[in-house]
Amino acid sequence: MSTFSLIIKQIINGLQLGSIFALVAVGYSMVYGIIRLLNFAHCDIIMVGAYIAWFFMTNFANMPIIAVVASILGCTLLGVTIEKVAYKPLRSSPRISLLITAIGISYLLENTAQLVLGAAAKKVPGFFTAETIRIGQVTVSTASLVTIAVLAVSMVLLTLLVQKTKLGRAMRAVSEDAETAQLMGTNINGTISFTFAVGSALAGIGSVLYCCAYPQVSPTMGSMLGLKAFVAAVLGGIGSIPGAMIGGFMIGLTEVFVSAIGLSTWKDAVVFLILIIILLVKPSGILGKTVSEKV
Amino acid sequence: MSRLVPTPSTGVIPERDLGKTPVLEVVRLGIDFGGLTAVDDFTITVGPTEICGLIGPNGAGKTTVFNLLTNVYQPTRGTILLNGVPTQGKSVHEVNKMGIARTFQNVRLFKEMSVEDNVLIGLHNSMNYNIFESFCKMPRYIREEKRSHEKAMELLSIFNMEHLAEDRAGSLPYGVQRRLEILRALATDPSIILLDEPAAGMNPNETEALMQNIQKIRDTFRIAVMLIEHDMNLVMGICEGIAVLNYGRIIAKGTPDEIKSNPQVIEAYLGNRRNEGA
Amino acid sequence: MKKKFNLPVRQLATVGAFALFLLLGNFLMAKKIIGLYYTKVLMVAAINMILAVSLNIATGFLGQLPLGSAGFMAVGAYTSAIIMRKVTFVSPALAFPVCIIIGGLAAALCGFIIGLPALRLKGDYIAIITLGFAEIIRIVILNIDSALGITLTYGASNLKNIPKTTTFTNAFIWVFIVCYLVSALMKSRHGRAILSIRDNEIAAESCGINLTYYKTMAFIVYAFFTGIGGALYAGYLGILNPSGFSFAKSIDILVMVVLGGMGSMTGSVISAAVLTIVPEILHAFSDYRMIVYSLLLIVVMIFRPAGLMGNKEFSMDMLTGLFKKKAKGERSKK
Repeated sequence: MSTFSLIIKQIINGLQLGSIFALVAVGYSMVYGIIRLLNFAHCDIIMVGAYIAWFFMTNFANMPIIAVVASILGCTLLGVTIEKVAYKPLRSSPRISLLITAIGISYLLENTAQLVLGAAAKKVPGFFTAETIRIGQVTVSTASLVTIAVLAVSMVLLTLLVQKTKLGRAMRAVSEDAETAQLMGTNINGTISFTFAVGSALAGIGSVLYCCAYPQVSPTMGSMLGLKAFVAAVLGGIGSIPGAMIGGFMIGLTEVFVSAIGLSTWKDAVVFLILIIILLVKPSGILGKTVSEKV
Repeated sequence: MSRLVPTPSTGVIPERDLGKTPVLEVVRLGIDFGGLTAVDDFTITVGPTEICGLIGPNGAGKTTVFNLLTNVYQPTRGTILLNGVPTQGKSVHEVNKMGIARTFQNVRLFKEMSVEDNVLIGLHNSMNYNIFESFCKMPRYIREEKRSHEKAMELLSIFNMEHLAEDRAGSLPYGVQRRLEILRALATDPSIILLDEPAAGMNPNETEALMQNIQKIRDTFRIAVMLIEHDMNLVMGICEGIAVLNYGRIIAKGTPDEIKSNPQVIEAYLGNRRNEGA
Repeated sequence: MKKKFNLPVRQLATVGAFALFLLLGNFLMAKKIIGLYYTKVLMVAAINMILAVSLNIATGFLGQLPLGSAGFMAVGAYTSAIIMRKVTFVSPALAFPVCIIIGGLAAALCGFIIGLPALRLKGDYIAIITLGFAEIIRIVILNIDSALGITLTYGASNLKNIPKTTTFTNAFIWVFIVCYLVSALMKSRHGRAILSIRDNEIAAESCGINLTYYKTMAFIVYAFFTGIGGALYAGYLGILNPSGFSFAKSIDILVMVVLGGMGSMTGSVISAAVLTIVPEILHAFSDYRMIVYSLLLIVVMIFRPAGLMGNKEFSMDMLTGLFKKKAKGERSKK
């Protein structure tokens, strides 16, 4: 294979990984935007989604659509439940309490999965019958193309939802100023739950796509993925949907290329280094806006 | 540096302050948020022992002025001279050290800390010992802590609050919290203190006592006071000069009597009846 | 006015009580009433106390939530262990205190490098940055040898033959030192400044408190003491592997701080002891330990965010206060 097609292949791999990061990053970004919480549990929602996908794929291998739907529904339900049970009672507490609770939830999900399903990774059957597609000189995996396409569709739908619908307007209002939004008659609790539902559904999609890319699941698979997605959200500008996408792609490409030049053991360190550098240079991220606190 | 207080043409300076360096000299201060001009062309001079008032309808930009004076917001335009020294580019805590202390519209105490500790935070920069002296309980640490304790008690006695010294600040009634906030600001040894609605939530008796106390503070500490207040009895009762702000601009400056009879001020407060009718 | 013991008397009483505790511990161990196994448990408890008390500085006093305790621990542990292995010209017992302090300083330096950019920002960035930092440290320790072609950390194969110099006595002496320094810090103007930042940043700044300076200071102190805890941990284990400094380790310590009460040093000490010793006694419990820990975090935050002790300190005054109350109650019964 020529160097050119190798590079193209790496770029497509990077975009595939980046798409998964982007889907997860949007979830972080939306939740952060609306209740200023770094939702640590978000990454474990992905893990649960992946296990659901694994369960349905091993039992109903010929109908991947069931696994996809089940993962999305399962994640949505889990996300909303977590919000109702653990975060809602703490809405007026100091932020640090909320953050600690989120860590607790994350840890709970991870360890419960470990206890119930074992620490060992489980193999997920392939989703696609034709594993690769040839375009000209380049052979790309079906999963890559599907992942990138799914991301594109999700982002368009999400943007329409946020910009054009009543619920989207409520979400924007609450993230701008929750108290005022409430005075104007916005249903705060409903809006927050809806945000969690959307973010978690995207995490569900992300988990299925992750299973397509790396066909195995383990209780701790979410934590690194989640952290990197968060870095992507910060890089793109937290609270911004296109920002999350750009951030996701950048992190995905970085990771793939760092591995490609033979430094795969350092790739996690590089991602975190990027985080530290962004926060030093431009804390608001590429597309984020600086918010000053009201005095 | 030694600019002198001009004759009352730029504001109202009490006679005793004429010829002294003004504590605060603000020239054409302005700030934009995004495309919106929140404050513009704000010019004021405050004498070293003057009590001056900043009034205006809600949303006129009064608190924004305080935030500009304390460098919480960096101004887009204009200059601020504090005791003749420009405050541009200084951070909030540096401006405090230069001599501006303030209170907040929505009281901001250290709620989990004791009343005395709240005042001691104000005295923080006047205490002179380093971290190792506190580890070893060196004489200077003990001496400084003792001195500060006495100073804190002395300050608390201004509002008769010595007996509350060990109470949790967050547990105090609202009015007492406001007074504590004033004491905390005073503890930082300012040359001007900015009070943001000091009488909010107080009954007429308490307001009356507060008026006397503000004057007492000015006389004892020989400092200037600038206050934002909606209670006109208080403003007209103790302020020597008043500036009226509307839509971010000063629409009138003068003595209480001049302000009371200024048609523009009346219009800003009551609205233009004819326009509303139409 | 509340009557207080004067300073020298209180200090003497505290030192006396501590000396008694050390003597009693050593006596029980010599008599084999506390066996070798539980001696080790007590040493781990002591190390956890140091780690919890230090995290409490950042979390309880400063109000920030760093999730990188494991990283600072690793820095302290590896620094001290590597030096301990090299220093053969003096007896390990003599070199150990110096190595512990060097370990602490190395961690403090990392704390400074990480804290300065992270603490300028509002919000939860400190949590994620410190988490990332701990991860970077782990990866560096794992790969530095093969990357530079040296043998320093031995990467995934263990760093072995570290002199086992941590004992019951010196571990608890360090607990005592750390607790004393932290309590002295919190009774000074610096400590008050740190607390004021937790309560209200904007007000603190307007009172002339230099936020960046004091946030960074608290953070460095946290990193320093955590590094000391790490160094003691290395001297206890005698063998180090990067996998021992994972996120889970940071969470263990966070649970101790949260349960003890954020803002209470003595709360941290007590809960570190309880959460180390109880799981050892209840062996059957070990499978569920992590789940119980995570539930503890959630339940404490929702139902008793103040934890065991709130932000109060267990002290002699508190004891005498209790007695007085009792006496009063008895008198009123009559």
